[in-house]
Amino acid sequence: MLDLVNVSYDTLIPNNVGLSNDRRVLKALEKWHPGYINWWSDLIPDNFQKSLVYLRTAVSVDPKGWAKFDYVKMPEYRWGILLAPAVEGRTIPCGEHYGEPAWQEVPGEYRAMLRRLIVIQGDTEPASVEQQRFLGLTAPSLYDMRNLFQVNVEEGRHLWAMVYLLQKYFGADGREEADDLLRRSSGSEEAPRMLGAFNEETPDWLSFFMFTYFTDRDGKMQLEALAQSGFDPLSRTCRFMLTEEAHHMFVGETGVGRTIERTCQVMKENGIDDPYEIDRIRALGVIDLPTIQKKLNLHYTLSLDLFGQEVSTNAANAFNSGIKGRYMEHRLDDDHKLTDATYPVWDLDANGQLIRHEVPALTAINMRLRDDYTRDAAGGVGRWNKIIEKAGVQFEMKLPHEAFNRKIGVFANKLFDPDGKLLSGAEYDAGVKDWLPTHADGDFIQSLMKPVYEPGKFAGWIAPPKVGIDNKPGDFEYVKLYMA
Amino acid sequence: MNAPTKSPEPIHGKGVVKQHLIDPEICIRCYTCEMTCPVGAIEHDDNNVVVDVTKCDFCMDCIPVCPTGSIDEWRVVKEPYSLDEQYSWSELPEQQSLEQDASPDEGGDDPIAALLAEAHKGTGGKPKAPASAARPTVNLYNLGKPATARVAGNFRLTDDPGHDVRHIILDFGAQPMPVLEGQSVGIIPPGTDSEGKPHLPRLYSVSSPRDGERRGYNNLSLTVKREEKGLCSNHVCDLKIGDEVQVTGPFGATFLMPDDPDARLLLICTGTGSAPFRAFTMRKQRGGAAPGEIVMFFGARTPDSLPYFGPLKKVPERVLKKHLVFSRIPGAEKEYVQDRMMVEQDMIADMLNDAKTHIYICGLRGMEQGVEEAFRSIAESIGLAWDATRDAMREEGRYHVETY
Repeated sequence: MLDLVNVSYDTLIPNNVGLSNDRRVLKALEKWHPGYINWWSDLIPDNFQKSLVYLRTAVSVDPKGWAKFDYVKMPEYRWGILLAPAVEGRTIPCGEHYGEPAWQEVPGEYRAMLRRLIVIQGDTEPASVEQQRFLGLTAPSLYDMRNLFQVNVEEGRHLWAMVYLLQKYFGADGREEADDLLRRSSGSEEAPRMLGAFNEETPDWLSFFMFTYFTDRDGKMQLEALAQSGFDPLSRTCRFMLTEEAHHMFVGETGVGRTIERTCQVMKENGIDDPYEIDRIRALGVIDLPTIQKKLNLHYTLSLDLFGQEVSTNAANAFNSGIKGRYMEHRLDDDHKLTDATYPVWDLDANGQLIRHEVPALTAINMRLRDDYTRDAAGGVGRWNKIIEKAGVQFEMKLPHEAFNRKIGVFANKLFDPDGKLLSGAEYDAGVKDWLPTHADGDFIQSLMKPVYEPGKFAGWIAPPKVGIDNKPGDFEYVKLYMA
Repeated sequence: MNAPTKSPEPIHGKGVVKQHLIDPEICIRCYTCEMTCPVGAIEHDDNNVVVDVTKCDFCMDCIPVCPTGSIDEWRVVKEPYSLDEQYSWSELPEQQSLEQDASPDEGGDDPIAALLAEAHKGTGGKPKAPASAARPTVNLYNLGKPATARVAGNFRLTDDPGHDVRHIILDFGAQPMPVLEGQSVGIIPPGTDSEGKPHLPRLYSVSSPRDGERRGYNNLSLTVKREEKGLCSNHVCDLKIGDEVQVTGPFGATFLMPDDPDARLLLICTGTGSAPFRAFTMRKQRGGAAPGEIVMFFGARTPDSLPYFGPLKKVPERVLKKHLVFSRIPGAEKEYVQDRMMVEQDMIADMLNDAKTHIYICGLRGMEQGVEEAFRSIAESIGLAWDATRDAMREEGRYHVETY
């Protein structure tokens, strides 16, 4: 366990922000750290805390310094504060201050808005660790367990990153906000996490993979937008976080892909051609493709809600003030102010037909980021379909229409099918069991969640990965489990 | 950026280029590599992420940032794959067999190939690489276009005054030098011969593992003995930190270690013949895919003249079972490696009987005969015909000799 009395914080916290010369922030972080360690220790089951996990630790931000692999006990992971290198002469990339030098301090008029954005981003990071806290108990392999823990410690580091910004730039209210990030808790009645999708437990590994694929991808898009911020410390923090976020995308995409691969393989081995022979397929201990599609429908649509209202003045303000840019702002070829531009957003016409109509682009910032997200998410779905095609199974995974199963925005609480057709209540009730996972589906998936802790072995419902982490061989012991 | 800009022209005299590619089946299109690349060599469309061969300068910044392992793919090609070709792929093409691949080691009129063929003669036939060995890169640099390495260290390994063996560390900076354990590199001595031509390279076995003498650094080590009047060995043994050295290679495509945790290795060496075995052992110590059991018979005159005697003693027996054998200990009977092999004949017999065993012999030519006789005697004691056993092992890539 950590010796909290004799911690040397400037060596314990790998950082490139000159922490040892910044007494005020160092002191604030020293005060915050024990609470963080308590939060972590109460969260993850004890035998995993004592296990040696083969983790990647970032110790510096240059490409060769941030991927050091070694066995680490998670509470001793070195949560660093690392900002991507400053770009000399960087200017504000969007909004009314376009072209002015990027802010190195918080601009007074945008202080509240900035703080809120940082707190919301910061709140999601520990939330996902809380949601995933028990998954280690049912890991389908040590490889997957290691990936789970890697995601968890990096979400923890991302919390540190946001807490650093709060402590460094927002004085007393920043410290309060930092404490509240540890006070709120996923699923709590009194103090839930700020966003709805982060208050549901992640009950099984397919949900975890779907979550990392779809919901962490929302996180990625938000980080991409914040990486375009005119507030330079936020931009640099998010740019570095994105390199880690890529690993989470990897865990999600390959996790779902390996689940699909295994199902197709078992179907072929047993001469099953029809993916809808669900009972037969399930009897063989793998998850049928239609159920995987249902999980996809659920997680994709929950994640779409995280982008907020299609037309939003808050989003317009954040863009216009230069606090939050668009995806790949620096690659877009326009005035970066959106003075006259329009953007097509979804709406319903008088007959309930879905239409896209043009609105001022400034107000459609959320919609635009969501469209970028959908394009990004579609890529992996295409690669899953290649796995199915390669196995010779007739089935295609699809992203459902954005109108389906929505709780926020123009489609909220209206009944659509996954193709975007407006339905009556009766039609919806009749179809929904084929579109969204049922309790019985969840129970079936849960029944497969049996841990496999032998190096190189995998649960029957998932295929092994093609390449090991850090190029390790197939039977590498990614987690040396602590045996009490 | 201090890396030299790589030109699109072939880096090998025979019109062959080593090309960096990304495996589209494993890549998740996170574009982290693209954002990291300092020279803008990586780009993407809706389908794939690709590497522009005319821009990539092998700085390797993209390798550790990739979350998937799809980035570390290389093909030696005559005609580089264009961006359009890479965009169209749904899987990575196999390494095409190139002419020099047919027999990368032996034969041909290439003087390096002839040297290697001579060194491997004791194998008793055409040597083969172990089935599970990683695929080696060969002939990346040649006399016409050598790599320039910088000396990062030069340490004396022996205390015996008549026996100066050096541990030389060479750093390759931004130039790729992908060596596997058991491969050699050539060092070109400075100056010209009596006809005014540059000297031919001398071959030295690499004594560090594939991930570098220092892990993760683009460096390697050599183990070089100073030979009286030796043109190259004196040059190398006198190198100072910071000196530049012209290097060719890598060479050798058969004297490689199996990437198989079930494999058992029997290593027999004298003097600087220990170099490749140091690399094998370090590979295993660093947790790479490596054989489960390694037994070494290492002969020298005295402990003072045995390279790496100190560090070797510290390698735990579970990593490497060591038999250090000395022929010139005052007051003790002369003992050669073959003598100790006979003492350990039960263990060696057990290994000869195991299809997972790989044998490697490396050192002075003079050791070959005694070692073979010991093998013959041990094989026959358990009813195996030695020649047939050896030939079968060689055909399966399990018997390797490199002597000089």
